[in-house]
Amino acid sequence: MTGLMKKIMPAIAGLGMLALAGNLPANAQQGLDEPFQAQFTKALAGKVVAYVPVAMNFDLTEGWFAGVKQQLAPYGVKVEVRDPNWSTNAGAQAVTTLISEKPAVMIIHNPDVQTYAKLLQRAEKEGIYVIQINMGSAYRSTAFVGANWIEIGERDTEAVVEACHGKSNKIAIVQGALSAAASAYTLKGVENILAKHPEIQVVSSQAADWDAAKAKAITQTVLKQHPDICGIVGFWDGMDIGTAAAVKEAGLTGKLYLATSGGGETRGACDQVKSGAFDLDMSYDVPTQASDMAAMIKWLLDSGMKPGEVKSSIYTTLIPITKANADAPGTCWSLSAMQNRS
Amino acid sequence: MTKAEKSPRGESGRSPSAARVRRARGGLFRPSQQTIVFALFLVLFLIFSLSLHGFLTPDNMLTLLQNVAVLGILGLGMAVVVIGRGIDLSLIAALAVPPGLVLQMVQNGHTLSLALIAAFALGLALGLVNGWLIAYAEVPSLFATLASGLFLAGLGQAALFKLDVVQWSPGMNALTILGQGRVAGVPVPIVMFGFAAIVLALFLRQTRLGSFVYAIGDNPNAARIAGLPARPVVVLQYVMASLVGVFAGIVLAASVNSMPTRIYNSTLIYDVILVVVLGGIGLSGGRGGIVNVIIGTLLIGTMLNAMTIMDLSYSAQNLIKGLVLLIAIMTDSFLNPRNEETAQQGDI
Repeated sequence: MTGLMKKIMPAIAGLGMLALAGNLPANAQQGLDEPFQAQFTKALAGKVVAYVPVAMNFDLTEGWFAGVKQQLAPYGVKVEVRDPNWSTNAGAQAVTTLISEKPAVMIIHNPDVQTYAKLLQRAEKEGIYVIQINMGSAYRSTAFVGANWIEIGERDTEAVVEACHGKSNKIAIVQGALSAAASAYTLKGVENILAKHPEIQVVSSQAADWDAAKAKAITQTVLKQHPDICGIVGFWDGMDIGTAAAVKEAGLTGKLYLATSGGGETRGACDQVKSGAFDLDMSYDVPTQASDMAAMIKWLLDSGMKPGEVKSSIYTTLIPITKANADAPGTCWSLSAMQNRS
Repeated sequence: MTKAEKSPRGESGRSPSAARVRRARGGLFRPSQQTIVFALFLVLFLIFSLSLHGFLTPDNMLTLLQNVAVLGILGLGMAVVVIGRGIDLSLIAALAVPPGLVLQMVQNGHTLSLALIAAFALGLALGLVNGWLIAYAEVPSLFATLASGLFLAGLGQAALFKLDVVQWSPGMNALTILGQGRVAGVPVPIVMFGFAAIVLALFLRQTRLGSFVYAIGDNPNAARIAGLPARPVVVLQYVMASLVGVFAGIVLAASVNSMPTRIYNSTLIYDVILVVVLGGIGLSGGRGGIVNVIIGTLLIGTMLNAMTIMDLSYSAQNLIKGLVLLIAIMTDSFLNPRNEETAQQGDI
């Protein structure tokens, strides 16, 4: 392109715009058909989204369901749940059955990285979009929506290390279940930060199986051995209620920095931070995740793209909940309010 | 359960009790499983006290006990049933659902006392149903309690609770002391364990009904022929077990400030059976007592506590737990070999 053309082109474009603008008012009086909406409405109507969480009946999975349904139902999309109730076997069966039922989209919450991997690959080959939520599998599907566990581990640990500055530099780690990828990834994040801080000494790093009672038992014993611990990194707020109870019983609330993570439901997150049980709760805000999934589903159905053609991740922007913002509206969300809205 | 039990007119003379067999052996000193496990506990305790810094401190001893108090209380409930030659697999449902109901009702704005009454009524109903199924409908306890436990857990999930984890609400604060308070420096869960142990020990050893439980566990047919109210006593066993379960659940909830009702899906019931059997209460019934549960609980508590102090990995902990259990069971079967007669006594 010559230099002259480069100068003229914008001018021509500008003229064109003017001409268009000049024409608009005349047409607008008769109404102007938006050219893409009809296709969008048609692409969504009557489609089925099947949702397989590890179990219903807890804040995360109920929140995702309520949110996705609320966003998609008005367009005639049917959102169905298959609840395996913590059974990996039942979950694998549900996914297998779904593959033959051919819903348009499957939202999968993996119990571990391996079990569903092959099944999800098959589902995408059969033409079903697979969206994995929060806990991914070894197979990368069209979309992953969820927390970046490494980031959570890093940010929680950074906060604990910071709080330990000038203190004993002894910390404890309360992991989740060993088989869960979320736990292993978070641990990696913790290790990343500890590698930069050789002065920090990890006095205990044990798995409590996502169980509040086990977390409490472990923490109690550890605190008796090392009452001068300056911080604890926990891997899930639902479990760390137990960790916090042990800290409280030892009379160390406020003296010891407890960082954890969770879905940000008011009772489990903000209320606990306000009461001083947690000092930091990294929230992967469930309503945001639900919106991300719904947006992804709208985009995919409308695009008509082949499942698995493009693969990408939407990592949830984390909300660090501390005393400073725990009271602010919008920091946490309420499950009952979310369910009532839909 | 046993052949004799199934036939109503069974010749009960054929099956001498385990206790009698034991006595008949006489003379030779044969350590019972209780002695073996107690010795194992002492050995482990000694090793840990000498080698593990910070193990033998008063504070750590209290923590050790506190961490197994709920397990111990459950073990006590299970012991009553096992001594009466049954088993109660619905114990974890009794632990999870009625106390969960208390938390849920208080959260929904009911008074604490009403919630507690509802919970104990639910526990009572579970015990009565279990007892009726086993004593009158003569369903084997293994199946009856498996089904009733599943039913209660399902009922909780479907109808009673909104979420798996029922959160503590301020209305519950009167009960916090049960899980987190201290009496004369001793954490309340331990006191509760001690309290339950004393009550049940008195029941089993000092009351007529208690000795009926032993008689029925030893030989149900002989007990019935002797004119004992066998069926009502069996019902009583299951009612006691499920009420003890509810009690343990309230202590647990107060201790972790919530009721994780999903605990029903955990392996806790195996730990409870482990405590009972490891302590030396034979599944064939009629043997053992509260002391056995305490010994079993102490062994498990000592191991868990020491392994936590040593910061062992989860898999290593499981490995060691399994190994210790195997050693205890092998030593027992080596020193007290089973014979045909005791084997017929309903060993599982």
